[in-house]
Amino acid sequence: MTAPETALRAESLVKEYGARRALQGVSFDAAPGELIAVIGPNGAGKTTLLQILAGALDATSGAVSLDRREVGWVPQQPAIYSKLSVSENLRLFARLEKVADVDDTVDRMLDQTGLRDRAGDPVGTLSGGNQQRVNIAVGLLGDPRVLLLDEPSSSLDPRQRERLWEFVATLAREDSTTVVYTTHNVAEAERHADRLLVLADGELLFTGTPAELEQATGEHEALDFEGAFVRFLRERGH
Amino acid sequence: MRWLLAKDLRILRRSPLLVTLLVLYPLVVALLVGVALSSGPSKPKVAFANLVPPDQAQINLGGQQLDATSYASRLFENVDPIRVDSREAAIAKVESGEALGALVIPEDVIDKLQNRLSLGGGEAPTVEVYFSADNPLKRRYVEATIAATLADANKALSDEIFKEAAGYLNLIVAGGSIDLPVVGDVDILGLRNAQTIIDGALAQMPEDDPSRRPLEQVSRFAQLAAENLDVSKPILESIATPVAVDERPLGGTDSSLDVFGVEVAVVLSLMVVTLLLAAGMLALEREEHAFGRLVRGLVSRSGLLAEKIGLAALCGGALAVIMLAVLSAFLDLGWDRVPAWVLALAVAALAFAALGVAIGALTREVRAASLLAFMLALPVAALALIPSGAVSGGLYDLIRIVSGIFPFKPALTALDGALSGGDLLLPLVHLAALTLGFAVLARIALRRFT
Repeated sequence: MTAPETALRAESLVKEYGARRALQGVSFDAAPGELIAVIGPNGAGKTTLLQILAGALDATSGAVSLDRREVGWVPQQPAIYSKLSVSENLRLFARLEKVADVDDTVDRMLDQTGLRDRAGDPVGTLSGGNQQRVNIAVGLLGDPRVLLLDEPSSSLDPRQRERLWEFVATLAREDSTTVVYTTHNVAEAERHADRLLVLADGELLFTGTPAELEQATGEHEALDFEGAFVRFLRERGH
Repeated sequence: MRWLLAKDLRILRRSPLLVTLLVLYPLVVALLVGVALSSGPSKPKVAFANLVPPDQAQINLGGQQLDATSYASRLFENVDPIRVDSREAAIAKVESGEALGALVIPEDVIDKLQNRLSLGGGEAPTVEVYFSADNPLKRRYVEATIAATLADANKALSDEIFKEAAGYLNLIVAGGSIDLPVVGDVDILGLRNAQTIIDGALAQMPEDDPSRRPLEQVSRFAQLAAENLDVSKPILESIATPVAVDERPLGGTDSSLDVFGVEVAVVLSLMVVTLLLAAGMLALEREEHAFGRLVRGLVSRSGLLAEKIGLAALCGGALAVIMLAVLSAFLDLGWDRVPAWVLALAVAALAFAALGVAIGALTREVRAASLLAFMLALPVAALALIPSGAVSGGLYDLIRIVSGIFPFKPALTALDGALSGGDLLLPLVHLAALTLGFAVLARIALRRFT
């Protein structure tokens, strides 16, 4: 029997900003095709964790197993040029990612994002939801083994959110892409994550499935998942 | 209303860079102007070397002994003299920037002046003026200062000469006695007396009486009058400028003021365009949130800086070359030195671009970067144009250091060298060093850019 394959491993990640510790020794593994939601209150260190995993921020100590080129990163704010068109943005980042066939990749991304008819429009003229789609497409250009999404659904309406999660599930299922995302929407995490990482004050409080998180709070029939999560945090002093 | 005011004040308080700029800028400008006005010499400093031996400073004018030093003192009514003993010491004061210029009174000036005033002719007495022509503005300033100074001295001297010339004319008209060289005392009849004699003689003399004596007197008077009027000419000529000036620039530029104006306009435009472009383009990467994405393996931070510097330098340099090309239609800028123009502008553009990315990296916002670039550019340009000797020595040293830290002055010197065929190497090396320094500063500032 072989050990399960690991797509991503974070070991004892610590990030300090002066006297403040944003991350306190966070460790976890992620398997190929696994969907991991990082949840926690504001200031828990979710974005810091993703930035370190993406290689956009250096950890004070600790290690990440993957090279940053194998990781696709989609920051919370669309990191694209508003004066360039959708296709110009995709083409630029595809070239910077040294993608083999730039035109083919851009075509594929325009289809995946459903923005082919807006390909020539400046990104600054698109809605927030469409900008987020371009943002995600740029993160996927390098065909990464791991995709990191920071609050990907925060600017989307319910219909767009549903399409996003379908798209993410397809990536995980069909391409075995590991997806790690942060969200404030606990219900979304319950529905669209294989596993949860619960962070509070930079500390990793829990790793497990949504069901395991509910179990960890005990039997409280009156509580939904969000209520169970809040209770979980309160019981641990957060 | 008051809540809006409180909100705006709170926002300002939380924008420390903006507030610091807004507060510091007028303070620094006011301080500079105040220091310049209060500590700057009210009269420009001029090194003065009087090489005339003290016992040979007397001038004989129409039998009167005049002390030339009393006229030399007029030279210092509008300047602050730094008295030195030799020509070399005077030149050294100029070269060190301690004096705006140097005025040297050569040993032979009194002899020459005496010759002119004694109707002996010869060369005009000449004083020597030395100045470091840092730029044509300074040359113009020195020329105006020295011209005004010498004009005062010449006026004092010419007043005396005029009195003497007026005495000659009075003698011719009214008659009297004059002591001429070699001849000695001579009685002059005067035109009025001659007229009286001739009228009297004519009234008493028969038509055919050849009375010679009165006619001889008239003849003698006519001869002397003609001679006196003749010898008065050089005196009257010398009234305009008894003492001439020999200007001797100590290195520096020989560009005309027009060409210098073109140089300032081109370098100022190059600076503003390149600074704004470099600072704005770098800060834009952060405002578009793209910086983090770029530097996580797609582009190195140094590579990003190099790209911004290259782009801004290319655009600014191209603009400056086009400006020069257009202006060359109106002024002779020497097309044969186009490679030198391009080289000077390219290196200057790189230095401005490096300063621009440093500003962009430090401010991290397009608006703040643009504001800082403007606020920095204008005083730096103004400081670089202040000539030595126009302010006190200590302040000028400070100005020289500040001007040396920023690329404007070396860029101006490089372009002047390129246009006038002067030294190009030193300013180019200076600009290259500034490019490197500001690029390193920008690279350090990028650590906190995200």
